[in-house]
Amino acid sequence: MTVTDRTLGVADIPEVSVAVPDEDGHGHLAELRTDPVALLERVYAECGAIGRFRIADKEVIMVTGAEANEQFFKAPESTLDQAAAYPFMTPIFGHGVVFDASPEERQQALKNQALRGDQMRGHATTIENEINRMVADWGDEGEVDLLDFFAELTIYNTAACLVGLPFREEIDARFAAAYHGLERGTDALAYVDPYMEGVESFEIRDRSRETLVALVQDIIDRRRVRGTVPKDQRDLLDVLISLDMSADYITGVFISMLFAGHHTSSGTSAWSLIELMRHPDVMAEVVTELDDLYADGPDGRVEISFQALRSIPQLESVIKETLRLHPPLIILMRQVVEEIELAGHLIPPGTIVASSPRVSNRLAEDFPEPQSFDPTRYRDGRQEDLQNRWTWIPFGAGKHRCVGNAFAMMQIKAIFSVLLRDFEFELVQPSETYRDDYSKMVIQLQRPCRARYVRRQQ
Amino acid sequence: MSLHVVADRDICQGHQMCQGEAPDVFAFDEEADVVVVLDESPDESLRSQVVAAVTYCPAMALAIEEDRS
Repeated sequence: MTVTDRTLGVADIPEVSVAVPDEDGHGHLAELRTDPVALLERVYAECGAIGRFRIADKEVIMVTGAEANEQFFKAPESTLDQAAAYPFMTPIFGHGVVFDASPEERQQALKNQALRGDQMRGHATTIENEINRMVADWGDEGEVDLLDFFAELTIYNTAACLVGLPFREEIDARFAAAYHGLERGTDALAYVDPYMEGVESFEIRDRSRETLVALVQDIIDRRRVRGTVPKDQRDLLDVLISLDMSADYITGVFISMLFAGHHTSSGTSAWSLIELMRHPDVMAEVVTELDDLYADGPDGRVEISFQALRSIPQLESVIKETLRLHPPLIILMRQVVEEIELAGHLIPPGTIVASSPRVSNRLAEDFPEPQSFDPTRYRDGRQEDLQNRWTWIPFGAGKHRCVGNAFAMMQIKAIFSVLLRDFEFELVQPSETYRDDYSKMVIQLQRPCRARYVRRQQ
Repeated sequence: MSLHVVADRDICQGHQMCQGEAPDVFAFDEEADVVVVLDESPDESLRSQVVAAVTYCPAMALAIEEDRS
């Protein structure tokens, strides 16, 4: 082929090698379902700034690096569709529930609802209460399963802050367990058919969703019996009931509201604690920082309010470094609706375009010694997150940057403000045995993932 | 060397956190739902406020450029 000065097409984009034999004809799907990190790393290693792989009948074009990522994240809204790129989400949300709002709708939601800056102080207090409840029966020492613990805690936090306190009081561990079952249903096999028969993860997903609908139906029934309450005691569920929505639809709305903020915050909290336990010197610095921060106050204990949460530099750096190394979403995808140009190539409609936080966050040219856990990257003068806006991307970037990131940071800072005030933690397994289960698109800690706690002497 | 503040209004999501951090430097355009920079070259005394606004912007839409002129 001769090189011309015309813009190149998809066929000119290098395709990554095949590591897991393509026995089902679905291209790289088998590897995506077993070792997606290896696949994504190889795309960059073999293809560079732009490469491609195939999942079932979809070509996926993955870009890496500041220049191509900026193009990806700044592509006009009208040219890309998020829902079509994530077919595994449709059966989880249910029929008619919108996958993702447009940036305009997101901004509107931000103005009216729970993620607004001035709501954060109230959320911080709510979260402090939730974490206190979760550790109330811990006793002086013991062991905790990090996956169970943080998954349950973050369900209560997101339900209380995003849906409302009354709803939070009406759910329990059954809701958290069923929600977890939904997340386990995010099998990439959905790229072939999200309703495929005889797939265990899809069966768990559908049973879990039915359980959630039944739990929500019970709550709705009890509220109907109870009758109306004064306006200041109503929450979002009362509003949706008054609009005559079905339990199935309301459950879908709640699932979609909680989804983005749940497994992400749960996993990041767990990994932050694991990294702190792996690095006792860093843990000591953070504990000292928190002790100093919460030492003063008229009654000896400072409220974990939004203001106190805002600046906790050492802890923030630990969370940021955890997010860099363990981004909850390892690949961000969009389906092309109108032809776009990426890294000098014209990409036609129907193609999936992608960028990988897992790969970009570890680029050696942007993050020296990229594999090492080093919270000092975020100190004044380095600020590797702000310096690399298009490659430090655990929250994505651009207009679609995670709208809940301030809430998430606040939540995790509140969690550790309480946990590290009251307890010391240590690993109970060899350090390298704490790892993620990548078999589903929603990544979860692999069991066993236990930690030991001892109540601090006051 | 003085402070120079830049806001990317295409990326701003309207969280309005910056106004809380540095009210003399940032305001909000209700019509367009995005940040307005009131003072692009704020006084050095406002540096810590501006740094906090840049650091905590949930959209990473703000930046400081050091003006050496």
